[in-house]
Amino acid sequence: MKPLVSVTHLTRIFDVSKPWLNRVIERLPKSLLTAVSDVSFDIPQNSVYALVGESGSGKSTIGKMVVGLLPPTEGSVTIEGVDLAREQDPEKIEKVRSDIQMIFQDPYASLNPRWRVKDIIEEPAVAQGKKPEALAERLLEQVGLAAEDAGKFPHEFSGGQRQRICIARALASEPRLIVCDEPTSALDVSVQAQVLNLMSDLREDLGLTYLFITHDLTVVQHMADTVGVLYLGRLVEEAPREALFADPKHPYTRMLFDAAPKMDGFGREIEPPEGEIPDPINPPPGCAFHPRCPLATDLCKRERPEPRLVGASKVACHHAE
Amino acid sequence: MTDPVLSVRNLTVEIPTRRGVLRPVDGVSYDIAAGEILGVVGESGAGKSMTGNAVIGLLDPPARITGGEIHLLGERIDQLKGEALRKIRGKKIGMIFQDPLTSLNPLLKVGEQLTETILAHLPVSQSDAEARALAALEEVGIPAATQRLNSYPHEFSGGMRQRVVIALALCAEPSLVIADEPTTALDVSVQAQIIALLKRLCRERGTAVMLVTHDMGVIAEAADRVAVMYAGRLAELAPVQQVVQAPQHPYTDGLMGSTPLASLGQKRLRQIPGSMPRLTALPDGCAFHPRCQRATDRCRSNPGPTLAACNGRAACWHPLTDEDRAAREATA
Amino acid sequence: MTALARAWDSDFLYSFRRSPVAVVSFLVVVTLVLAALFAPLIAPHDPFDPATLNLMNGFTPPMTPNAFTGETFLMGTDDQGRDVFSTILYGMRISLFVGFSAVLFALILGVTLGLLAGYRGGWTETVIMRVADVQLTFPAILVAMLIFGIAKGITPVEYRDQMAIWVLILAIGLSDWVQFARVVRGATLVEKNREYVQAARLIGRSSGAIMMRHILPNVLNSVLVIATISLALAIIAEATLSFLGVGAPPTQPSLGTLIRIGQGFLFSGEWWILFFPSVTLLALALSVNLLGDWLRDALNPRLR
Repeated sequence: MKPLVSVTHLTRIFDVSKPWLNRVIERLPKSLLTAVSDVSFDIPQNSVYALVGESGSGKSTIGKMVVGLLPPTEGSVTIEGVDLAREQDPEKIEKVRSDIQMIFQDPYASLNPRWRVKDIIEEPAVAQGKKPEALAERLLEQVGLAAEDAGKFPHEFSGGQRQRICIARALASEPRLIVCDEPTSALDVSVQAQVLNLMSDLREDLGLTYLFITHDLTVVQHMADTVGVLYLGRLVEEAPREALFADPKHPYTRMLFDAAPKMDGFGREIEPPEGEIPDPINPPPGCAFHPRCPLATDLCKRERPEPRLVGASKVACHHAE
Repeated sequence: MTDPVLSVRNLTVEIPTRRGVLRPVDGVSYDIAAGEILGVVGESGAGKSMTGNAVIGLLDPPARITGGEIHLLGERIDQLKGEALRKIRGKKIGMIFQDPLTSLNPLLKVGEQLTETILAHLPVSQSDAEARALAALEEVGIPAATQRLNSYPHEFSGGMRQRVVIALALCAEPSLVIADEPTTALDVSVQAQIIALLKRLCRERGTAVMLVTHDMGVIAEAADRVAVMYAGRLAELAPVQQVVQAPQHPYTDGLMGSTPLASLGQKRLRQIPGSMPRLTALPDGCAFHPRCQRATDRCRSNPGPTLAACNGRAACWHPLTDEDRAAREATA
Repeated sequence: MTALARAWDSDFLYSFRRSPVAVVSFLVVVTLVLAALFAPLIAPHDPFDPATLNLMNGFTPPMTPNAFTGETFLMGTDDQGRDVFSTILYGMRISLFVGFSAVLFALILGVTLGLLAGYRGGWTETVIMRVADVQLTFPAILVAMLIFGIAKGITPVEYRDQMAIWVLILAIGLSDWVQFARVVRGATLVEKNREYVQAARLIGRSSGAIMMRHILPNVLNSVLVIATISLALAIIAEATLSFLGVGAPPTQPSLGTLIRIGQGFLFSGEWWILFFPSVTLLALALSVNLLGDWLRDALNPRLR
């Protein structure tokens, strides 16, 4: 079966140099930040693909490129066979665009404070030039709020309720793919459970596909079908959820799992991981993880590992087995 | 048993507004012993940070302490003002906040800040203070500490900065450290480093720690005892293992159950319906009853019991028993 | 609760009720504006109708019967026997009209350019903001005089008096848009990175729709504050220009023109011709300014 989303050799470079005049005066070179480098993955229809990584891993940048908010520097994102960045046919663009929606991290910033909930939710449909009767009311009930809430303003709702409104807005254009950028990390635990359950239900009811972007391994373990682990803009490991959590192959994945707090880890004395994430403007040569890696050899300092299959996982490591 | 380092009794904080008096902290009592880490958990708006701020006298007006007592090493501190309060802060109570940048002066070198703090609180000479500053940086695991003394805060990475804050909080050898969401802004791998560091230092020095966080995982790994807060009140106070594995208050139970780790392999997470009430609209009776499956008329009409009335464990009219939990396991 | 009662109870009006300065300023402004609006009904004389003027009434002190005609004037009369109270009422009309129009002009220009600069970025932003920077290095009054001079040079003589008011509006408006542009650009830069704007971009909304429907409503608070404070400044700028003789013509005297005329009589003892227009200008500018200050605090959530 053809995947719904196909990301190939996706690369994004940001120019983070000082302004031109300062560069000339201070004789500084241009500085480029490679936020995403040569990332490829597929998302099959009706599945949940999770991108996990710490800050600077490029996970949010990938999300923005998938929905078309940022153009890729190299590589492409193909959704239903259409590459939004290169497609010329406006009809196809329109069609694919209404098939993608996004849910953001901060439920307080993602709703226009001056708009009524009804207008917020119906905006995607209005933008497409169609507006079914009582759309907002129906969607509000679908996400577990009351139809009467349509006339209220966002500030009258709690964080979890706002995230439900965001989900309702995302559903308004009847999308097939929803990119979720840290959708629950601003929420309290008990509310997070409600939102995750809602998302699971919607996936089943509407046949949705999710690209889940998060740093929270517990959420990944609960939601994902396939997991991609990012480190400094590169996909270091990709595996089905069960395989990844049962037997992580990449030393970075292992480090991440060991470091994550455990609910039964009372007084656990762990050997905390060494070092911190390097500066993405000057990443280490070879494998970017080698300065923190217990398996690192000279090979790792020289040569960047290409992804290869180890068991059920695709791993970019010279020494994984 | 020796006297606790910090003893909070019936602490109440109120904020007068024009629509009535809000009570973000309502009759909270707990002790922290030397070398003990007390985790304070709760969702946003539960009053956990406000409790910490009340202890160090950092409440933003118009919020103020309107009831109860706070004793530090047997001395009452909740009525201190001005100079006396400043002496206690830093000397006897160290503070670690979520954002390390706000706790460091961006214009002073790290070494200067450490030396200054040490000189302000300890009777030592300038050169002694500098030596102690260096030792403090080394102790929190900052590489090349001698050179780093001359660095400014912005030259450190997030994790290293939080280490500097810890060094700063501990350099005057306080008896109590209040850490308010110390790892929330950090990545998982760095969070593990900071938690391990905090645990080690406090155990070595016998410092009492109040660890305020919303992260159940961090609490489970770091805390000795846990205080669970809901709508300004203590819902449950018990050793960490009991709180996580055998919670008695229905709220604690729901909180633990709704973490994804607790429902691994299940299709749906257990969830608590609704959300925490706003302080402006607290329900009558027990504040948790609208979300509670065990609620009875007693919960709806009587205010929730205090901890003291329930063996000091769970402030609930109908606490969960082991049989209740077993019965649920059986049906699940 | 009715909508009116709810509004009365809102935080905004509550902070208004609690601030005596705001209430007094508001009352002063409303009184003056109403007085100016209904000048033809209130004024005892029409200062622009030569038929009602009696030169014999010249230089009558306030509240004193004239030696020749026996008429009494609340604020006295000027050299031509015009009632000072009436000229102030009519003068305020000109001052307020110029002030409001100039601020409206500056607001539309500044908000549009600020939105464009903030949202588009790149060259658009560079050009707009550099022009703004250059303009800021000149005192506003100088810019206004320059524009006034040019406009006067290119309009035919017979239209000059008619055009004067519009040239004033243009001059003051053009020297004032920078503030709006700067603040709106700053606010736009913040808002455009918020997630609700990204959500709107995602569904393919045009830049124009995003600027007008999403960003503009969220920057209006700051615009309102600047507009109020600008109004006070514009009224003073108009008075200054008119005082210097480059503003409103004597056939349509504004408060500034009146002050210029009155100034000539200060040393000969006819103080009221200068005093009353000045006090009116002061009261007007001060209350508008105080109102603006209160508005800034009331709309700033951090200070609440």
